Amino acid sequence: MRAFELTAPTTLDEALTSGATALAGGTTLVDLMKLDVLTPPRVVDINALPLRGIEVDPAGDLRIGALERMSAVAAHPQVYPVISRALLLSASQQLRNMASIGGNLMQRTRCGYFRDVAMPCNRRDPGSGCPAIEGANRMHAVLGTSDACVATHASDLAVALVALDARIELVSTQGGRSVALADFYRLPGDTPEREHDLRPGELIGEIVVPRLDWAARSTYVKVRDRQSYEFALCSVAVALDVRDGRVADVRIAAGGVGTVPWRLTAVEAALRGGPADEAAFEAAAQVAADGARPLSHNGYKTALLPRTVVRALLEVSRG
Amino acid sequence: MDITLEVNGETRHLSIDPRVTLLDALRERLGITGPKKGCDRGQCGACTVHVDGRPVLACLTLAATVREPVRTVEGLAADGRPHPVQQAFAEQDALQCGFCTSGQVMSAVAAVEQEVADVREFMSGNLCRCAAYPNIVAAVEQARSTKESADARV
Ligand SMILES: Cc1cc2nc3c(=O)[nH]c(=O)nc-3n(C[C@H](O)[C@H](O)[C@H](O)COP(=O)(O)OP(=O)(O)OC[C@H]3O[C@@H](n4cnc5c(N)ncnc54)[C@H](O)[C@@H]3O)c2cc1C
Ligand code: SF4
Ligand code: FES
Ligand code: FES
Repeated sequence: MRAFELTAPTTLDEALTSGATALAGGTTLVDLMKLDVLTPPRVVDINALPLRGIEVDPAGDLRIGALERMSAVAAHPQVYPVISRALLLSASQQLRNMASIGGNLMQRTRCGYFRDVAMPCNRRDPGSGCPAIEGANRMHAVLGTSDACVATHASDLAVALVALDARIELVSTQGGRSVALADFYRLPGDTPEREHDLRPGELIGEIVVPRLDWAARSTYVKVRDRQSYEFALCSVAVALDVRDGRVADVRIAAGGVGTVPWRLTAVEAALRGGPADEAAFEAAAQVAADGARPLSHNGYKTALLPRTVVRALLEVSRG
Repeated sequence: MDITLEVNGETRHLSIDPRVTLLDALRERLGITGPKKGCDRGQCGACTVHVDGRPVLACLTLAATVREPVRTVEGLAADGRPHPVQQAFAEQDALQCGFCTSGQVMSAVAAVEQEVADVREFMSGNLCRCAAYPNIVAAVEQARSTKESADARV
């Protein structure tokens, strides 16, 4: 690990003007600093900042402070099942006790080349190349990829939040701004090193999940190599509103398959108004992987994605 | 920088570089070697300790950021008697080489305290190279039923 200067301010102003890299739970940052993937000269421990609290506001929106731990959010009774499930299927109980939800949304890809400074990687070292495209790409993305980068976004929480149209409130000394989480993440394109829309001097302050009463009927299905403590090969977040046997409304997003959390709007449109049964779910899921660009070792994901969508829909419609 | 840690009920003062992890501070500076360095990357659970009563990974925690009390496996026994979870690990033969054991025990203590429904899921962040898993699960379950019967008596 490279040497760095560490401060721990107690006010937002001090943190926002520090120009230093934020440290929350450290489960991404300290890991990548040990690997020399990240070498910040200055680090600001933000844990004493007032970015906490989990509450439902008067409008019925759920507001969660960025420093709340994954374990605390998962256990909170007013958090929608799809969010709790996504968190409880993430990492391990120790990591969930450490990691903040703001840090979770800012975590970096698990692409093995990105994590190994001996290898080229466009995301870590722009212009150096992408060995994954011809290399070990079994875990990599099939949707939203470019010739520069094919890495997946690794957060399970982000998939659940994108399905629910969540926003993030960004704080800075210039005031605040509110961004839809789906717009916050950038496709890699020619600039995979630009992963998101956070500007220098900004922090994620709060996550806001708009009121959606029927999201009480929601779930998260995660398919992975091990039953527990593993990243997704494919995951699906679903919220489903069934009335009189028909799909009144539905929200679906997928993880493990895209370079960003992947909203499945075409599947949602195919389901809306139709019967809430297995045949209709299977028919609608056929468009889930439309536009997929499989690589040498991850073609299975184009088949796994529609199947995971069907499983998630069946689970939530029976549940 | 100068820091103060509260470890197993004792206040300790240290002068460290910000790079020092809680794991290295405990093992190399304070001589508390119960927490083990398996992967040093947050992947194996051998370094699990409690901070403010919750299991965390000491290898991904910078010592200078720790504000709350730390408890390691050395702090579990009371009055010279092993903690019920330690007793259960011994009785169920829940170890082979023992390298993962202090981390397993720290997670197991939390599993029993939180009365978790799914022991295997809760313990999945603690890898065991010797694959003593069946006996580890049996030990957690034994400790849980010991606690339940103790709770029923009060
Ligand atoms: C072994 C292992 C397994 C894992 N498995 C999973 C999994 O299955 N699913 C999953 O989703 N995740 C998984 N993770 C990732 C884990 O969830 C993230 O590392 C964690 O959520 C990051 O949160 P943190 O608070 O520790 O962030 P930190 O490491 O403190 O910070 C991460 C990044 O976010 C920035 N940051 C932090 N807070 C803010 C803020 N408020 N505003 C702006 N920027 C901020 C930091 O500057 C840094 O760049 C795993 C991690 C490990 C080590
Ligand atoms: S897939 Fe992206 S992160 Fe992985 S090596 Fe290629 S450029 Fe780097
Ligand atoms: S040594 Fe900390 S998790 Fe392996
Ligand atoms: S007993 Fe040897 S690693 Fe677990």
